[in-house]
Amino acid sequence: MNYPDDRKYSKDHEWIMVDGKTVTVGVTEYAAEQLGDIVYVELPQHGEDFAQGETFGVLESVKAVSDCFAPISGTIAETNDSLSNSPEVINEDAHGEGWMIKINVSDPRELEELLDHDAYEEFVKEETS
Amino acid sequence: MAKHTPLYDAHVGLGARMVEFADWDMPVQYTGIKDEHLAVRNAAGLFDVSHMGEIEITGPDALALVQHISTNDASTMIDGKAQYSLMLNERGTVIDDVIIYRFTQERFIIVVNASNVEKDFQWIRKHANNNVAVTNRSDDYALIAFQGPKAPEILQGLTEIDLPSIKRYHFSSGMAAGINDVIFARTGYTGEDGFELFCKPADAPALWIALLDAGKSLGVKPAGLAARDTLRIEMKFSLYGHEISEETNPYEAGLGWVVKMGDENNFYGKDLLVEVKKQGIKRRLVGFTMIDRAIPRQGYAIVKDGNTVGEVTSGTMSPSLDIPIGIGFVLPDMRAVGTRFHIDIRGKLREAEVVETPFYSSSQPKPKA
Repeated sequence: MNYPDDRKYSKDHEWIMVDGKTVTVGVTEYAAEQLGDIVYVELPQHGEDFAQGETFGVLESVKAVSDCFAPISGTIAETNDSLSNSPEVINEDAHGEGWMIKINVSDPRELEELLDHDAYEEFVKEETS
Repeated sequence: MAKHTPLYDAHVGLGARMVEFADWDMPVQYTGIKDEHLAVRNAAGLFDVSHMGEIEITGPDALALVQHISTNDASTMIDGKAQYSLMLNERGTVIDDVIIYRFTQERFIIVVNASNVEKDFQWIRKHANNNVAVTNRSDDYALIAFQGPKAPEILQGLTEIDLPSIKRYHFSSGMAAGINDVIFARTGYTGEDGFELFCKPADAPALWIALLDAGKSLGVKPAGLAARDTLRIEMKFSLYGHEISEETNPYEAGLGWVVKMGDENNFYGKDLLVEVKKQGIKRRLVGFTMIDRAIPRQGYAIVKDGNTVGEVTSGTMSPSLDIPIGIGFVLPDMRAVGTRFHIDIRGKLREAEVVETPFYSSSQPKPKA
């Protein structure tokens, strides 16, 4: 799998693209593949606040339910509402069209704790070995 | 360490994702649940169910023992007949749901759930007298389920046995793909036509490959435990540990049709069921679909007017119908089709409605891949 180097990653298998004070968050290809066919996506409301590590949404495959954890503290600025009608986009394009939320970051220092693409690739390797 | 079926290497070779289930390493999926599920509905799927247990009962009192431990009427069976049945404990609740195969009046094989093999074996043995032998033969059989509308014609290409003469819930034995002593049982757990094939463990890989090769061009795929589960949920078939358990009596699970209360059928637990009936059935198993968008899952509460009135036993997104479906226990007066209630899904109440089951019928238009 190929993890783009234009963004950061979390150990909960999310990618975080930074654009000024706003970050876009989605799950990685690896996470999408592990989940299998995603059939349902639950996203937060606009303006909701989340602390780092809190559950902001849910992904469901045919068999399993997985919580999505906020990789960073902040306020929801935008959600990818097209996912509610076509959740399969996450399987098809996890790193692009399958983005889930945009967050207005409240504490930019948290960004420093995230992994770069090399570190994430290493992390996945360790987890699968 | 979890046990391996004789097909373990074949699964790994096919790229299956393996999970531990009832102490076995089993394939949960190969190409994807939906893909495998639809292959079974539209063509056929191949399942390794070798983890299931086989308990053999032989001797002059074999029929009497089978009658004693099972709720269905085994005396009506002829040689070559299979029968779905239940074993009850001293509380009249379900020890296991099983399929009983009659070879002769003095030889039966009972196929039991993988997680219950030892429990069932001990239970049956406890009820045996000196004129009957009870043997756990689980290690002597591999079991491959070949299920789907195209399964019979593909299997016919590999055997001389006249398959159309084996009716549903009957079996015969003979050669398949050059392998001797294969038992062809027209049984299954998917709602589709098909066979369950018992063979010697050493022969299982060759039979598996022969079936896959013969069916590949017709859309046959290996299918894992996950697809097996979504297929049976669409049919509202009970699964031990979900719809039935030692906390469930047959009537509340909708399995009264498997219990034969006639004078000649004196099975263990019968008097308890008389009592259960007298007291009235306190909950009923229903199938429902969601009105609100959300997927019900096992263990979620069923709520009506602010009160918890039941629990979801199984739920999934239906791969054939592309809607969320669920099975659950509700109060008896809530079982009519059209009844609405809510499912507590992660703290939010989502509306659901009782529907006719099975959810899916093999006579309806085929689901698109």
